[in-house]
Amino acid sequence: MSDLLETRGLTVELPTPSGWVRPVNDVSLRIAEGESLGLVGESGSGKTMLSLALMGLLPPGARVSGEATLAADASPRKLMALSEREWRDVRGGEIAMIFQEPMTSLNPVMRIGAQIEEAIRAHQPKLAVSEVKRKAIDALRRAAIPEPESRAQQFPHQLSGGLRQRAMIAMALAAGPRVLIADEPTTALDVTVQKQILHLLDRLRRELKLGLLFITHDLGVVAQVAERVAVMYAGRIIEEGPARDVLTKPKHPYTQGLLKASPTLRRGALTPIPGVVPQLTALPPGCAFEPRCELRRSDCVTEVPALRAAGENHKARCVLV
Amino acid sequence: MEAILSARELRKTYRRGGSVFSQESDGARFTAVDGVSFEVARGETFAIVGESGCGKTTLARMLLRLIEPDSGQIYFTGENLLAARSEGLRALRRQMQMIFQDPFASLNPRMRVGEIVAEPLAIHEPGLTARKRKNTAVLMLARVGLGADALDRYPHEFSGGQRQRIGIARALILQPKLIVADEPVSALDVSVGAQVLLLLQELQREFSLTYIFISHSLPVVAQIATRIAVMRAGRFLEIGAAEVVLHHPRHDYTRDLLAAVPELPCA
Repeated sequence: MSDLLETRGLTVELPTPSGWVRPVNDVSLRIAEGESLGLVGESGSGKTMLSLALMGLLPPGARVSGEATLAADASPRKLMALSEREWRDVRGGEIAMIFQEPMTSLNPVMRIGAQIEEAIRAHQPKLAVSEVKRKAIDALRRAAIPEPESRAQQFPHQLSGGLRQRAMIAMALAAGPRVLIADEPTTALDVTVQKQILHLLDRLRRELKLGLLFITHDLGVVAQVAERVAVMYAGRIIEEGPARDVLTKPKHPYTQGLLKASPTLRRGALTPIPGVVPQLTALPPGCAFEPRCELRRSDCVTEVPALRAAGENHKARCVLV
Repeated sequence: MEAILSARELRKTYRRGGSVFSQESDGARFTAVDGVSFEVARGETFAIVGESGCGKTTLARMLLRLIEPDSGQIYFTGENLLAARSEGLRALRRQMQMIFQDPFASLNPRMRVGEIVAEPLAIHEPGLTARKRKNTAVLMLARVGLGADALDRYPHEFSGGQRQRIGIARALILQPKLIVADEPVSALDVSVGAQVLLLLQELQREFSLTYIFISHSLPVVAQIATRIAVMRAGRFLEIGAAEVVLHHPRHDYTRDLLAAVPELPCA
């Protein structure tokens, strides 16, 4: 398996009234062809800002350093050096994204089919009209939308939440990208519908050999979709490894805490993590989790720990590892 | 079991589609709650679980008479809630309070936290002095884990979890008997949601509260419920002790819901 997407020390800085903050701080990760990486984090962890950086959609004024390389074809592309003109080919054509709430990402006054056709034409402007239409219907069919021809004629509000998310997936994949970023794609859905969408994404990933970056706050969901898991806290990756290892043998106290705080069907002693996620404007000088950590040592206060090996292909950013 | 609340054959329909101005009376109505009956025992946590659109929020709001049912009966502490008027209704209402899902939408952004938490006192006990109201608010805020410095600040200065604590303090300040909590942790992060669930359990013991807990999430309900009702299309499909519903469900739909829950691998 070759890497489709790789970031090295990717850092995003944003200006705020109280100075520059780093919602993404020195993030290095890799996604291979056909692989799913689950990116787990709570609100403010930087997981969404990371995905926006990978899509070239950062807010104006953002400062970026580090590298993100997309090797979807023979010539690797340095994403952070792309011009807006070049981004137009890459975005949707090589790397695409789906969002939490399909209702706000679909155009409410445009038929579903026309929206997908637009996405195809943006990348293949010379294609014949009939061919574009055929591809749009194919895209809907691939997303397992029943009766794609009649659904293509409908508007987003006529579709259920699950069908809207399928339409979003169809649109995202219509121009044949190799990497798909899914940002909380099932959070707004009922569990029975969520299950179907997770199955669909899993099948498409295998069939199309997609690199899938699945962003979620839900550890149960990540257990279903991801082969590898990266956990983010205050802008940094604090643990990364094979999904099973990270979820059953977590090495970082934050990952351990998240697991103990996640409700499951077995009634157990739910143990919350004390305190709150730190503000990016007031990060502690050492480990960002140190103020909430019950295992803290004196050196946690002064220095940000490195990502250390914690097992086979398993790393954690903690002095206890 | 001593019932603090009993609901019989509650029903609520809404007009389907059309604008508020259209005068179509073709009888096309949507049944949100379709003949629901149950009893809630004093001190228990009765959970109502269902997917979006099943009618659980409409039902919750009818129990507090925030929505009037089309038909049915509600008895609260033995009194006929739907027949209560003015002072009688007001006296019943102070015993039942609500905690909402969205801590961003349910607190008035232009009111200071002290005013928000003390407002129920100002309404229900107008004889109290401002100082007494403030002192009670400080005690209540402290009980939910917020300092007295919160009094003069505005909701936007607080995180989601802290705002939910403010909402809980407001609901508890009148020392109600029954709390209806509509998705109280679903807008919160995992680590914060667990804090709020534990706080709700502590407060229940301390103030002998009865909870009606509305949620779409079986894992959340599994942490807190003594009994669970599974709702779909306006009806209760299954109702029983939490352990039975979660681990030996009788209805196929309950099994489907349980099977769809993404579970963590066992260590």
